[in-house]
Amino acid sequence: MSSSEGMAEAIKSSAGSNTKGALASRAIKLAPLLFLLVIVVFFGLMNERFFSVRNLFNIANEVSVFGLMAVGATFVILAAGIDLSVGSILALAGMVAAVVLTGGTMSSFSIDGAAAQGFGWAAAFLAALAVGAACGGLQGLATTKLRVPAFVVTLGGMSAFRGATLVISGGGPIATSDPAFRWWGQGRVLFDTVPTPVVIFIVVALLAHLTLRYTKFGRDVYAVGGNAQAARLAGLNVDRTITWVYLISGLLAGLAGFLLSARLGSSEAVAGAGFELRVIASVVIGGTSLFGGVGGIGGTVIGALLIGVLLNGLVMLNVNVYWQQIIVGLIIVLAVAFNIFARRGLGRS
Amino acid sequence: MHAPLLKVENLTRMFPGVIALGGVDLEVPEGEIHALLGENGAGKSTLLKILSGAQSASSGAITFAGESYEPSSPIAAQRAGIVTIYQEFSLIPDITVAENIFLGRQPLRNGVVDWDRMIQLAGDICRRVGRTLDPRAIVRDLSVGDQQLVEISRALSMDARLIIMDEPTAALSGPEVTRLLELMRALRADGVTIIFVSHRLSEVMDVCDSYTVLRDGRLVGAGRVADTSVARLVASIVGRESAPTFKRAARKADAASPLLRVENLSYAGHGADAISLHDINLEVRRGEVLGIAGLVGAGRTQLARLIFGAELPSRGTIKLDGHATTIASPRDAIAAGIGLVPEDRKQQALFLDLSSSTNLSVTTLSGLTGWFGWVRERQEKRLFQDFRKKLAIKVSSSDQLVGNLSGGNQQKIILARWLALKPRLLIVDEPTRGVDVGAKAEIHALLCAIADEGVSVIVISSELPEILAVSDRIVVMCEGRVTGELEGEAANETNVARLMLPGATH
Repeated sequence: MSSSEGMAEAIKSSAGSNTKGALASRAIKLAPLLFLLVIVVFFGLMNERFFSVRNLFNIANEVSVFGLMAVGATFVILAAGIDLSVGSILALAGMVAAVVLTGGTMSSFSIDGAAAQGFGWAAAFLAALAVGAACGGLQGLATTKLRVPAFVVTLGGMSAFRGATLVISGGGPIATSDPAFRWWGQGRVLFDTVPTPVVIFIVVALLAHLTLRYTKFGRDVYAVGGNAQAARLAGLNVDRTITWVYLISGLLAGLAGFLLSARLGSSEAVAGAGFELRVIASVVIGGTSLFGGVGGIGGTVIGALLIGVLLNGLVMLNVNVYWQQIIVGLIIVLAVAFNIFARRGLGRS
Repeated sequence: MHAPLLKVENLTRMFPGVIALGGVDLEVPEGEIHALLGENGAGKSTLLKILSGAQSASSGAITFAGESYEPSSPIAAQRAGIVTIYQEFSLIPDITVAENIFLGRQPLRNGVVDWDRMIQLAGDICRRVGRTLDPRAIVRDLSVGDQQLVEISRALSMDARLIIMDEPTAALSGPEVTRLLELMRALRADGVTIIFVSHRLSEVMDVCDSYTVLRDGRLVGAGRVADTSVARLVASIVGRESAPTFKRAARKADAASPLLRVENLSYAGHGADAISLHDINLEVRRGEVLGIAGLVGAGRTQLARLIFGAELPSRGTIKLDGHATTIASPRDAIAAGIGLVPEDRKQQALFLDLSSSTNLSVTTLSGLTGWFGWVRERQEKRLFQDFRKKLAIKVSSSDQLVGNLSGGNQQKIILARWLALKPRLLIVDEPTRGVDVGAKAEIHALLCAIADEGVSVIVISSELPEILAVSDRIVVMCEGRVTGELEGEAANETNVARLMLPGATH
């Protein structure tokens, strides 16, 4: 075995080169946060109503819904997967919640809305979560057992779950007027200040962070995403881990669907269409690698805030809706490009 | 003997910290088949890469057909008249034979591919390689032997004067080998010069006119095949002046009740470069280091993966403590107390983006968790510090990314990962690949220390000195079969080398 002097020398030199790398990687981690602050200041200067309490709650409410899905997507992407079906799961879960709540597929156009007997918000809540988890878990099994690429499985799920929503609703929206139900979307907690969905988002994000950072399951997600082959050879249950991340993604999309339905007072079959873009963008802008194994919830929350602020700010500036789409699309691509270049620049040996 | 077509003088290629080629000379007479011989890592590949334009030399001169030759790319080399056929074919599987032959050089008419002419030209060339290959056949549907003929046809279509064949017979069946050797003779009669790389000395004796032997990046022998013998070639290929830096103290393991017994284990490889195993029988005794020697492609890694459950055998039994055990996955193997350090660290073992401590604890984490799978990080850190001290792992902290460590320290972390599980059998495939010289001896000592604590260790290595240094017993494999088992005095370089070279035994 080598002498301890040589060892100390080696440690010193490697520590020296490491602090430089650590600094650079910290700068990359901070970049989305800086960008967020910049656009917040920018929109605040451009329009004084941007900083109004009402608008800030608007942003927070909006971010809470797709932010929950982004938290779920973080598990999936960390495990080197992808879930395109979250928008459709949101719609299906929201619709199922409305049906359970109202006791029938009564369209809101119907005059006699109160005739059917419902099952209450708790049943609706559980139903939405169960539907979401089932959709996600099913997709997870399809990827692991049938060996169909996740991209294809969830692309199929995106279509199938949307179709199922339309079948249940018959195409029309279902109104949800139960006050206890609507509290989940429109109520306030903590001395009537913070909107319920925001609190739920914060709690879920925190739990997700703790899970990824401090539990064996979280470690497994990083290991499977970082190197699936090595994970298998180290004895990890790769298939089970992958199935779980899709289940979690579906579950959180179901929760988001429940909250959105409660907030809008109505479940619509088109709800959440196109959400996969902002969900995946939140994750990737937040620094999680699309190749898996690198990233975390903290970045995703910042990414979701960034997208929420951007969407809101462009509306406040009266930017044409069509142009909004172009701008959001461009920013997403540029943010990802930045992330990739920055990582390459770091030059991991 | 003819004038040299290719003349290499004092060719040197250096990589950071390594001399891959140190002043090599090579002379290939025109119209001959020249054998290029040497062990894995002797420098053959580097030499071939330089000749084929895939790499440049650090210094030295090459003359080809009387002119200075310094190809800037494989295409430049082909234009000059040197075409290399690698073991891994460069064919595109989903298009036709004719398209592959003329890839990038399709005959055109009015700017579009002239199919009739291309098929006709390809047909002419295919006839020259002596077989009725249909130019319209899709390459994927052809046998490996026929795909090789397509490669040769492509070389001929470029009017190659020198064709380099890198182990062309390694993946072929017996009759296909005979056919290829016939074709090589026919090409020689046509005036084509060939460099033939092969570990099969019987083929070399059979078909080659002259030879060059490399060892450790240096020229150690050259001459006429007619003036030498298989035995002298073997001696020249494996002979070593430098003594191994570590030698395991002689000891005798208990042969009465082996820990592991492998009986008639077979594996059917699928695909072009897959390796099959045929009726492997061996045993591993308690607390011994069993070396498995053989050339790359002998099936050693395949055997390790079968024992570890990473792949399933088509036939045969694995017995632990005398009981037949089903090992259907790495999880099963780990539960049975078996660990595997795979040959390709980066692809198969390391999580490069994760910390050193996470990489170490990945196998033992379930034992370090509390409620809800919460990881007890303090225990995890302690585990890491224990092994860091025990194996002298050089890291700045437990958080240092494993990707930033040296090869030797990475290897120690993977070894520690298995040692933490207290295994009964540890399989180590190429323990010192990509590990520098100093750490090499350390890892050798470590493997022996592990065995001395009662763990059975299987060491697989392409480096003979390594196998000889650490093993109590040596099993030699060749082309998917066990060709011999050596112990004590008999386990020497000459005997092992004879058993691992195909054709050297008969």
